[in-house]
Amino acid sequence: MGSQFLSASTALTRRAVMGLAMAASLVLAAGMPAEAAPKTSLTLGMSVEPTGLDPTIAAPVAIGQVTWQNVFEGLTTIDRNGKVQPQLAESWTISPDGLIYTFKLRQGVTFHNGEAFDSAVAKFSIDRARGADSVNPQKRYFAAIDTVETPDAATLVLKLKQPAGSLLYWLGWPSSSIVAPKSAADNKTTPIGTGPFKFVSWTKGASVELARNPDYWNKAGAARLDKATFRFIADAQAQAAALKAGDVDAFPEFGAPELIDSLKGDARLATVIGNTELKVVAGMNNAKKPFDDKRVRQALMMAVDRQAVIDGAWSGFGTPIGSHYTPNDRGYVDLTKTYPYDPQKAKALLAEAGYPNGFSFTMKAPQMAYAQRASQILQAMLAEIGVTMTIETTEFPAKWVADVFKGGNYDMTIVAHAEPMDIDIYARDPYYFNYKNPTFNEILKKVEATADPAAQEKLYAEAQTILATDVPALYLFVMPKLGVWDKKVAGLWENEPIPSNVLSEVHWTE
Amino acid sequence: MSFLRRHPTFLVGLVITLALVALALLSLVWTPMPPTRMQIIHKLKPPMAHGLLGTDQFGRDVASMLMVGAWNSLSTSLLAVALGATLGTGVGVLVAAIRGVTETVVMRFCDIIFAVPPILSAMLLGAFIGSGRFTAIIAIAVFMVPVFARLTLSAASQIWTRDYVMAAIGMGRNRAKITVVHVLPNIANQIIVQVTIQLGLAILTEAGLSFLGLGMPPPAPTWGRMLSDAQTFLGQAPWLALLPGLAIALAVMGLNMLGDGLRDLLDPRDPS
Amino acid sequence: MIALIVRRLAGLIVTLLLVSAVIFAVMDLLPGDPASVILGTSASPDTLAALQKEMGLDRPLAVRYVAWLAGVLQGDFGRSYTYGVPVAGLIAERLSVTVPLALIAILISVVLAIPLGVQAARHQNGGWDVFSGLFSHVSIAVPAFWVGLLLIILFSTTLGWLPAGGFPGWAGGVGAALMALLLPAVALALPQAGVLMRVTRSAVLEVMNEDFVRTARAKGLSEQTALWRHAVPNALIPVVTMLGLQFTFLIAGAVLVENVFNLPGLGRLAYQALSQRDVVVMQDVVLFFSALVILMNFLVDLAYLLIDPRLRAGVR
Repeated sequence: MGSQFLSASTALTRRAVMGLAMAASLVLAAGMPAEAAPKTSLTLGMSVEPTGLDPTIAAPVAIGQVTWQNVFEGLTTIDRNGKVQPQLAESWTISPDGLIYTFKLRQGVTFHNGEAFDSAVAKFSIDRARGADSVNPQKRYFAAIDTVETPDAATLVLKLKQPAGSLLYWLGWPSSSIVAPKSAADNKTTPIGTGPFKFVSWTKGASVELARNPDYWNKAGAARLDKATFRFIADAQAQAAALKAGDVDAFPEFGAPELIDSLKGDARLATVIGNTELKVVAGMNNAKKPFDDKRVRQALMMAVDRQAVIDGAWSGFGTPIGSHYTPNDRGYVDLTKTYPYDPQKAKALLAEAGYPNGFSFTMKAPQMAYAQRASQILQAMLAEIGVTMTIETTEFPAKWVADVFKGGNYDMTIVAHAEPMDIDIYARDPYYFNYKNPTFNEILKKVEATADPAAQEKLYAEAQTILATDVPALYLFVMPKLGVWDKKVAGLWENEPIPSNVLSEVHWTE
Repeated sequence: MSFLRRHPTFLVGLVITLALVALALLSLVWTPMPPTRMQIIHKLKPPMAHGLLGTDQFGRDVASMLMVGAWNSLSTSLLAVALGATLGTGVGVLVAAIRGVTETVVMRFCDIIFAVPPILSAMLLGAFIGSGRFTAIIAIAVFMVPVFARLTLSAASQIWTRDYVMAAIGMGRNRAKITVVHVLPNIANQIIVQVTIQLGLAILTEAGLSFLGLGMPPPAPTWGRMLSDAQTFLGQAPWLALLPGLAIALAVMGLNMLGDGLRDLLDPRDPS
Repeated sequence: MIALIVRRLAGLIVTLLLVSAVIFAVMDLLPGDPASVILGTSASPDTLAALQKEMGLDRPLAVRYVAWLAGVLQGDFGRSYTYGVPVAGLIAERLSVTVPLALIAILISVVLAIPLGVQAARHQNGGWDVFSGLFSHVSIAVPAFWVGLLLIILFSTTLGWLPAGGFPGWAGGVGAALMALLLPAVALALPQAGVLMRVTRSAVLEVMNEDFVRTARAKGLSEQTALWRHAVPNALIPVVTMLGLQFTFLIAGAVLVENVFNLPGLGRLAYQALSQRDVVVMQDVVLFFSALVILMNFLVDLAYLLIDPRLRAGVR
């Protein structure tokens, strides 16, 4: 009898499991698309859930990756090649001294809540971002603006204190999005913009849903999808499973390079490897011994085999870089050969700098996989030239920002810098590298003083060369954009000149 | 000898534990390969293909890492339990000797520690002082203190009611002396049994902390971090997830069986 | 009796207050402030100051604690810094994952443990006993998160039967949601089943030797009837107590398992909130966990008081 009870109970569980399996297959069947017309809804996967949905009040790139160009638009925008294009500003003129920008604004644009866009709204958005109470993460981009004038509803005039050659580029950023005065305060939870998609709902911890904006101002650029859902899946294994099962149609930035091979075998899926702006660099505290000696930094750079780092940390995906600049960026120069891998030379240079027996230091590495793996590989490589690295895992972002970024209390650290075209961080003071080079600062000032792209690119090349020679940080590699999506999905960006998931052109081909 | 025959689990536990301790000690002087040596070209080789138990994502020898992992895991857990047991027992016998308000305060304090789930407070502690062996030891020990404090308090309180202790009090012996002469020796067995059982728990907790990245920093191999690293390689290299987990399970099982056996041997009053 | 319960309740509230104060202080002392986490690496000091003011972080610790406590007492748990929504709603959303997960896990562990435990007790030192002893030793020793990984290897990556992680939400159909919870629930249940089995076994053993069971047998009831009608129900008291205590363990153990399976539950919320320094959410979640633990302990104590009259007299 007793044993009967046991077997009865196992039979019960078996039946329960079968029931569950059947229920699930029913659900799957119900969710199958009709074969005839192309699908008009898309589920897109992201690793990180955004914290709030207003890119003008918080820094995390995930916010822009959901909202920028989908919900929110700017005066200018940045296209898939990283070029500045007009958006809510139709056109503009710049005075010869580069101090007065006059924008002709687009007419007939309305926000999702019905508010009309005009020069007063543009002024509101810019003043909100640069005012005393501003919590805009890129407030510095508005620092050059002296006054904002609105001669009429269709004209906006920005008068600058000093020339800012990158202003039009900066105005295209997610943090420069144009917001409506009535709804701005609630954008964090219910974003209202002028974009081709409207915000529908946000299930915290799981997904954000957007729907086509039928009243979009630009008929040519209107959304082709009726519905777009962003799903947040942190674990790479689960990301792969969701892709294979068709629960997610596209993962523009797949989380684990080591799983890409297993996805390549799936005939339904396309793997598209592009470039991001994520520069993985091992920053050094240039104010601290022995890293204050340029020769030491150069020696460490020569001890690093970048390709081996990429192979070990990111399964061979990624592009080596020689300075704080990516192949996406305009004016890129390949400087990986400035201090190529040469442990013998590295040892000699270290001896010349006064460390024939090497030295010891601590690496504060964030917990992310790329940082942990790369620092363990660096640890092994530096050991070859007699340098001992102790790895201390430092929780990112909170503790890292407090300790390393603000406190400057570190020897070496390793992070992926996500902001595009941020080579100017080496000219910022204070900045965690504690790198000080007046010549470098001068060059970046000149970049802002000119609006001529060719001249700017030449200056950027000079800036890159200085960094490659001075090695304020060990320049390792650019993270690849591991795009995996259904082969029938078209229109997603291959590269990522700015962190984003622009959906207006995305559609199903059959 | 007859005890061993009547309690086969004790024997099994003893053998497993001794074998693990031996491997851990051996790792201090010898491992098949240096556990931190990376050979990227040999990465993710299955067991027997490269080294006895294969290699990880950096081409490090898994067998060597497991051996050193045994030392790291056992030593961290042992230190944590030693710390927790010493403090907890100290507090327990002290409170048993004094009673009164101290007892209320101490027990309330234990309640507070018990109220916050261990993994949460370990996460808080990790955020506070950073990850590392020290964090792991403190986080585990913090939970051992109330366990041992409660155990010794109740055990010691019973001793204090015994006739011979009453007699000693009557004779004017001071309480510190009574604690050392009468109380401690009488509760030692219970504490030893508890230490063995808590060691198993400590190994589990240490593995969990390492899994969350709150244990010893790399390159020191720990079983928990090996498991967490293995997560994205489940499809390609399942042995990376299997072996460290097996090691943890064996270690905990060995210690638990040893503890059960010891309880039967030393503390026969308690059934189960 | 009533006086005792009231005294215990008062103690419970004091403990909870102390816990909340400790948590508040610890969260405040943590390196890294929520404002700089939100604003990232390019924000200037004046922007940071503006945000801190907006979030009320410029007020002294004690003032913030009292304000938070006053809110909690009125049912207002505050607003999440990162999500910008009331924390009460966030916790409720996450509980819709964690509570079903814990319940399914309890169900699985009961289904596994009680029959095994009863069998082991009935055939003491027999084959069943050895088997269940081995089972309990193994299941107690394996870490839940490892069991989770093994289940994923077997059922997801190899067989492809069940999802490897993630949660489709209850709106997407109960079937799919339950499928997503099945593997994590098994991972959680296994270690608990070992403990529960042991408790069941020793409880049944103890009861079977008691007078009323002997009497029942003497009255001519069969071994089976005596066992199931008299011994098991009485042995269930410690088992149910154990279950009460386990519920809190399961909820807490879910922190690791939810991370392995990528489930949007309460444990994961705590993990997230800590890394975002979302102090308000963290405080509320820890307070919630603590309240649960304390309450469960209280209920267990209460149950003992009601069941065992001896304890009522021996009030310490």
